[in-house]
Amino acid sequence: MKSLHKQKNRFSDVSYQLEVLNEGVENQGLPHFSDKLKEANLFPLKPTQLDIFQINMGKMCNQVCAHCHVDAGPDRKEIMTKETLQLCLGAIENSSVKTVDLTGGAPEMNPHFRWFVREAYKLGCKVIVRCNLTIIVANKKYHDLPEFYRENKVEIVSSLPHYSSKKTDSQRGDGVFDKSIKALKMLNEVGYGMPDTDLTLNLVYNPSGAFLPPSQEGLEKQFKRKLEKDFDIHFNSLFAITNIPISRYLEYLVASENYMGYMEKLVNSYNPMAAAGVMCRNTISVGWDGVLYDCDFNQMLELKVAVQERRQHVKNFQVDSLTKRSIRVNEHCFGCTAGSGSSCGGEIT
Amino acid sequence: MKTYYNPDDLKKFSKIGDFQKPLADKFFSYYGDVFKEGALSEREKSLIALAVSHAVQCPYCIDAYTVDTLEKGCDEEEMMEAVHVAAAIRSGATLVHGVQMMNKTKEVSM
Repeated sequence: MKSLHKQKNRFSDVSYQLEVLNEGVENQGLPHFSDKLKEANLFPLKPTQLDIFQINMGKMCNQVCAHCHVDAGPDRKEIMTKETLQLCLGAIENSSVKTVDLTGGAPEMNPHFRWFVREAYKLGCKVIVRCNLTIIVANKKYHDLPEFYRENKVEIVSSLPHYSSKKTDSQRGDGVFDKSIKALKMLNEVGYGMPDTDLTLNLVYNPSGAFLPPSQEGLEKQFKRKLEKDFDIHFNSLFAITNIPISRYLEYLVASENYMGYMEKLVNSYNPMAAAGVMCRNTISVGWDGVLYDCDFNQMLELKVAVQERRQHVKNFQVDSLTKRSIRVNEHCFGCTAGSGSSCGGEIT
Repeated sequence: MKTYYNPDDLKKFSKIGDFQKPLADKFFSYYGDVFKEGALSEREKSLIALAVSHAVQCPYCIDAYTVDTLEKGCDEEEMMEAVHVAAAIRSGATLVHGVQMMNKTKEVSM
């Protein structure tokens, strides 16, 4: 399967995506997300303290997942350069950032990945890698990744949409489940997710379709029971994440005629408590080219941080101007505030 | 095309209160309480509701509880097993009346 970008699909155009998202408000009577924030006295949405520095190391990936909000895949060539990564290290050093969250694509496919992880670890940051699991078994050069993660106390966050191969493969591609199980065993072998270690392995569930995720707590118990019974696999926590209606997932919603139903569901499940705790308030997201965004989803919609133009790039990173900014919101933000809320760390409330 | 069942009518369920509010309020309050976590989990209750939706053949309920069971983390195998439970009870209920038929046959036969 090719990326939307490669297919020249209209959904690879962010202005078209924004048009579709706006259509629900203009013609179908849905409220603006900003109006819901106003009701809760949260508009304009302001940042709290900057804790998390999330970096998209590139859009290249060994997988092509049906719901991917990055539209990542082997045909995406956008990769963060060492120069930009160096600028990121400078920004982290001069800020209150405690956590560096690496994502992609498959961040491990960036040739400077290991160097960067070591440098961030030396700065005393907790490093999170959003590892798709299959990269570990994709090529011999990646087989030692579990050992590398262990050495640098990296926290692993990995998608596993379901404990059954059928559901996982339908979302992430044929054969992904078996490879993921193999990779999880390799991570367990070096101590990840095991009860007597401090090596954290968290899994991510996201729905395989146009519906909301179940309660995180109940689902975690279910995943633990099933993965231990069927495969003797252990992990720490399960994050239940809502699919945000952008990119490939938006294309799926529209093509399957689920778009309006899904948006209505998100709007009807709006939770002001979740809105107060959305991840964009303590996170900065850096694009592969060094441009700054409020979150990974705004990044994919090319909605840059609302600061002076020169401050929109990591080379002119200034915590002060970022702290004073207003966070840019749009209708896709309903995805983070539905039900118990959703963030890169799972439920919010 | 006009049909007796319109999927959009499910969204209007709460409108039954427009014609008789006190009873509708009581019903929705009771309904909400029934599906709360209790001796049975919300997940178990959702699967029961899915099975009953099939037994009473309510298309609105089938749509609603198909999505609800998915949102409670059920998989397709569990959902179809719930439908089979409904089917087994319905077919069993038909067949057990066969005993009555047999009794009557014997009663009126030489």
